[in-house]
Amino acid sequence: MSDACESCVVSGKADFQRFGVDVSDADAVVALAGNPNTGKTTLFNALTGLRMHVGNWPGKTVAQAIGGFRIRGRKYRLVDLPGTYSLLSNSPDEEVARDFLLFGEPDTTVVVCDATALERNLALVLQVLEITPRVVVAINLMDEARKRGIEIDHRELARDLGVPVVPISARIGLGIPSLLDSIEAVSMGKQGRTTPREMDYGPEIEAAIKPIMEQLRREHPSLKNARWVALRLLEGDPSVLNELRAGTLGLTTHAVGPEV
Amino acid sequence: MSDLLTLAEQQRAGLQRPLRDQVAEAIFGEATTISDRALRNRGRTLALTQRLDDIFTSRIWGFPAMALLFALVFWITIVGSNVPSAMLGELLVGKGHPWLRDLATSAGFPWWLSGLLIDGMYLATAWVISVMLPPMAIFFPLFTLLEDFGYLPRVAFNLDRAFKWSGGHGKQALTMMMGFGCNAAGVTSTRIIDSPRERLIAIITNNFAICNGRWPTLILVSSLFVATMAPTGTQSIVAALTVGGVAVLGIITTILVSKLLSGTLLKGEASNFTLELPPYRPPRIMQTIATSMIDRTLKVLWRAIVMAAPAGLVIWTISNASVGGQTLAAWMVNGLDPIGLFVGLNGVILVAYIVAIPANEIVIPSILMLTLNLAKSGLAQQGVMLELDDQQVRDALVTHGGWTMLTAVNLLLFSLLHNPCSTTIMTIYKETRSVKWTAVATFLPLLLAFTVCTVVAVIWRSFG
Repeated sequence: MSDACESCVVSGKADFQRFGVDVSDADAVVALAGNPNTGKTTLFNALTGLRMHVGNWPGKTVAQAIGGFRIRGRKYRLVDLPGTYSLLSNSPDEEVARDFLLFGEPDTTVVVCDATALERNLALVLQVLEITPRVVVAINLMDEARKRGIEIDHRELARDLGVPVVPISARIGLGIPSLLDSIEAVSMGKQGRTTPREMDYGPEIEAAIKPIMEQLRREHPSLKNARWVALRLLEGDPSVLNELRAGTLGLTTHAVGPEV
Repeated sequence: MSDLLTLAEQQRAGLQRPLRDQVAEAIFGEATTISDRALRNRGRTLALTQRLDDIFTSRIWGFPAMALLFALVFWITIVGSNVPSAMLGELLVGKGHPWLRDLATSAGFPWWLSGLLIDGMYLATAWVISVMLPPMAIFFPLFTLLEDFGYLPRVAFNLDRAFKWSGGHGKQALTMMMGFGCNAAGVTSTRIIDSPRERLIAIITNNFAICNGRWPTLILVSSLFVATMAPTGTQSIVAALTVGGVAVLGIITTILVSKLLSGTLLKGEASNFTLELPPYRPPRIMQTIATSMIDRTLKVLWRAIVMAAPAGLVIWTISNASVGGQTLAAWMVNGLDPIGLFVGLNGVILVAYIVAIPANEIVIPSILMLTLNLAKSGLAQQGVMLELDDQQVRDALVTHGGWTMLTAVNLLLFSLLHNPCSTTIMTIYKETRSVKWTAVATFLPLLLAFTVCTVVAVIWRSFG
C-alpha cells in the first residue's frame, strides 16, 4: 500500500471509527503516556477526531483528556495523560500519570516516543513496563527523524522490550492502522508481554528489596506487583506509604498485570 | 503493616549510595543500551533549528528578537483591527441600535423595557463584539502560530536566569506564557511544577500575564490615547510598542513579585529542572487559524457576550434607578470618585472594574456605558456618541469622563496589575485548596495596582 493509502484512516484496513467524547460502555481502556511534547495530543486527536489544542512545547497537557474510537466493533476509551519524563518524582502531573497506570487499569498503555530523542524516551518506556506489561510503544515523529537522517530498527527495539513497537507520524497520519492493530492485539492479550519487565538495579538494591518483597507477599498475598511496590517502599515514596497505611492500595484488588 | 515500613526504613538506611541515583543510573543505562542497539543512524540536528536558536536563544539577541516578534504581533493586530472594528461599530451600534429602538417604539414597548433590553443588554453586547472581535480574530491565530512553531519554550529559556534569580521555578516561564491566553488556564498549568512553594509563587504571579480579556482594553487605550502623542504615521507603531511595553512590564512584575514572595512568605531555594527545546516545526497555517478561531476567539467572545449582556442590564438599571434624587450609578461613581481621582483614575473606572469582576472583557464597554449614561442629558441633544468611531470614543471619554493622559496610563497599569477575574479566583482555590493563598492571590495584585497607580499619579502631578 502506498503512503497516501496507509495514512488514510478510512482505508478499510482497520474498520476504524472515531467517537469524539462519547465513551460510554467502552470495551477497553487505552492510556496514552509519554515524554512531554512527543505528540500524544496529536495522536489523541487523530484517534478520536477531537481537536484538543496542540502546542509545540512540553507541559501543554496537564489534565487528562478522554475520547473514544472503535476498531472492528470493539469500543475503546482513550485517555491522554500528561507528558512526563519519568514516574519517579512526585509532581502533580507525574502523579496523575502514574496513578492512572496503577489504578485506572488501562487494558493497553501506548507509550508515545519521540523518534528524534529515543534514548531519553526509552527511560520512560522502561518505567512504564515495570508497572504494566500491556504496552505498545509508538515511535512518533518518524517524518521528522527521517529528515534528520535518523534510522531506527523498530524490530530490534520490540525484541529488547518484549512489546510491539510501531513507527508512526501522528501529524500526517502515517502508521496509524498498524498502531490500531497492535492496540487491539495487546488489549485482547494476543500480543506482547504477560508480566511486567524487571529492571536490574544492581546487587545493592536487589539485595535491599528482596526481604521487603518477601514480607509484602506474606502480608498481601493478592498483591500483583510486589517488586514495584517494594522499590517504592525502599524509596520512602510517601504516596505508596499512605496507600499501604490506609489499606487502600489498589494494587491488591485490581490487576496491574498478570500474576508473576 | 508497620513491620513493613520499619523493614523498608532499615533497608534504606543500609544503602551505601542514594537510592534515587542508583535507580536513575540503572534506568538510563538500560535505555542507552537498548537505544544504541536500535539506532542504525543517529542523524544530525536540523540546520534550521540550530540557526534560529542561534538568534532566539542568544544572550545578546534573544531579548531584542523577542521584543521585536511580540511588537510585530501587536502591530499587525492593531493595524488590522482598526477598520473592521469601525465597520462593526457602525453596523451594530450606529445602525443596529437606532433600528432596534424604532422597532421597540413601534411595538409599543414601555420605556424601561426598551431601556433594559436595547440600551442595556444590546448596547453592551454590541460594544463588546465590535471592540473585541477584530483584535481577537487577528491576535489569537498569530499567537497560536508562534506557539505551534515552537517559540514559547525559547521565551522560557531566555527568562530562565531571571526566574532563577527571583527564586521561582524555571517552568514558571511556561505557566506565565499560558497565562497570556487565560489566567485560569495558566493557574491550572502550574501542575507541571513539583515544588509546592514554587507552584504557589507561579499561581499568585500568573495574574501579571495579560489575559485574553485584557488585551482589547490595552490595545484600545493605547491606540486612543498614548498613540495620539506621537506624530501621524507612527501612531500604530507607538500603540504596538505601548501594548508590548505593558506586557513586558507584566513579565518584570512577575519576576519582582516572585522575588518578593520567595524572600518573605514563601522562602526557599529554586529547584533545578531540565528544559527541553523542541525543534521548530512549520505550523499548519490554515488549520491553526481555524482551530484558534473556534477554540479561542469564539470561546472568549462568547464568554464576553454572556458576561456583557447581564452587565449591560446592571449598568442600565443602576443608571436609571434613582434614590434621593440621584441615580444609583451616580451615587456609586460620586462615592468612588475621590479615591479614583486620587489614584489617577476615576469613579467610573472603579465602578466598571467592580461590574467586570466576572470578566475583564467588559471593562471598556462598562466604562463607555457609565460615562455616557451619566452625561445623558447632554448627549441626547447632540445625538452623537453611539457609533464606535475612535475619535468619538476618545472625545466622549475626554469631554464627559474627564479623562487625561494620566487616566489612560493608569488604566493601562491598573488593567495589568489588578485582581484576577472571578473564574481565575475560583481556579486558584481549586488548585490550592486554601482560602489564605486564594486571598493573597486576589488582594496582593489589587493592593499593588492601587499603590502603583497612586505613585504614578503623585509623580505625574508633581511634574504636570
